[in-house]
Amino acid sequence: MQKDTAGNKQSALQAKQIRKRFGSGHAAKEVIGGLSLTVADGEFVSIVGPSGSGKTTLFKIIGGLEPPTEGDIWIGGEQTTGERGHISYVPQQSALLPWRTVAGNIELSLTISGAGRQEAKQKTKEWLEKIGLHEYADDYPHVLSGGMLQRVSFLRALLAPQQLMLLDEPFGALDALTRLQMQQWLLSIWEESRRSVLLVTHSIEEALFLSDRVIVLSASPAVVLQEFVIPFERPRREALWTDIAFNEMKQHIYELLK
Amino acid sequence: MGNKKRIAWAKVWPPVAVLTALLACWQAAVAWGDIDPWLLPAPVSIVQEAIQIWPRLMEHTEATVRLMLLGFAGGSAVGFVLAALLHLIPWLRTVVYPLLVLSQNVPIVAVAPILTMLLGWGLLPKTLLVALVCFFPITIAMLSGLGNPDAQLRHYFQMIGIGKWQLFWRLELPHAIVHLFSGLKIAASYSVLSAVVAEWLGTNRGLGAFMLISSKGFQPDRVYAAVIIIVALSLMLFGLVVLAERMLIRWRPAKEVK
Repeated sequence: MQKDTAGNKQSALQAKQIRKRFGSGHAAKEVIGGLSLTVADGEFVSIVGPSGSGKTTLFKIIGGLEPPTEGDIWIGGEQTTGERGHISYVPQQSALLPWRTVAGNIELSLTISGAGRQEAKQKTKEWLEKIGLHEYADDYPHVLSGGMLQRVSFLRALLAPQQLMLLDEPFGALDALTRLQMQQWLLSIWEESRRSVLLVTHSIEEALFLSDRVIVLSASPAVVLQEFVIPFERPRREALWTDIAFNEMKQHIYELLK
Repeated sequence: MGNKKRIAWAKVWPPVAVLTALLACWQAAVAWGDIDPWLLPAPVSIVQEAIQIWPRLMEHTEATVRLMLLGFAGGSAVGFVLAALLHLIPWLRTVVYPLLVLSQNVPIVAVAPILTMLLGWGLLPKTLLVALVCFFPITIAMLSGLGNPDAQLRHYFQMIGIGKWQLFWRLELPHAIVHLFSGLKIAASYSVLSAVVAEWLGTNRGLGAFMLISSKGFQPDRVYAAVIIIVALSLMLFGLVVLAERMLIRWRPAKEVK
């Protein structure tokens, strides 16, 4: 995947002038209206936007489930418009198969993503231990709490060989306290591996706390309203929440979304 | 454990008590009432007769069991494969599905003579008849199971680039197994019923034939004995399916049912 062409800085993801219309003629509805964004290699980018702003559709286009009406998707320097299998994915609900064990679920996802069976097995074991869930490796998912399920779901995406991770509101269904813990947990894991991440979230704080860059989308049809480079140093401090600059940015984005 | 046993007992004894009372009434009515024994034999004389002709009864039972199991197994296999085919090949479904429904509206009593005409008096036409009755509930149950696995799970796997076959093997088929068993349970009771009907229509072996001969010979106690065995067979086959279901679907949360 890492084919550096002519010394240009490689982008993990480039969405070029994406448009998406549903229906045709008078009933046509434009959901995405010429949207461009990039995620650099090893960069953590968040998208915030009003609900119904086509974020789900955008993810489907990047994942190759929906063809864009216009525009191209480039992943890892290759044109992948309409192709599947170039990303790893963390959905809002953990989406674990109830009839497979925790380890079995991770292994299955890794093999689907193109990892070898032995490699998948070994990585799964190693990482479940690392995140302290090895005791649950042979349990079925219904035994786990919401936070644990999302850890497994995230781990599944992290271990996949794909360089780009899409996170679709991964903490949206969790309670506030668990959500905070999960954000810190995610950062601690991510900062070790520095995968390229595109995160969709409703929470401005979450976006600011986690990201290198925050992209604010407009209401439908979605376009990029503004981009913010988040200057806070990594690893991010927990006390960031009380930082004045942090809160000013938060206020600013909030105004944009109103 | 002791508590569990007590609860089970509390559930069992009321119907058993009622059944015993009914049998006692029956016995009393025949003994002291004005009922001819060739019209309605007493329970005790049914049991006595059954014991007396036990070896013959078992011979016929064996024939019926063979027919029922062959038909059930064959019908289930056909039903299973057919459901998979119809699911994987959409145009086949539009062509075949209405015909399937149609096939179920032909009464088996009408089909049996046709099958006999075509295939003679052997085991084959009867097995076919039982299979014909059995496959339908299985196909229908499987199809509905294959068609609607959890939308979020499907979305997740599509996002990470699963292929059609993998989706079938990993998600749709395991999900359909739960549905398959509801179909199998219906087919199990159908198979006993249709085996007996098949034996009515053309053979001198099996409980169905035995019932017919006994009833023509004014030996109602034998007819009743055969009916009791048929009920027992039906319950046993149903029990086997339930047992198989429990063994196969271990992953289900244990305390879901209240």
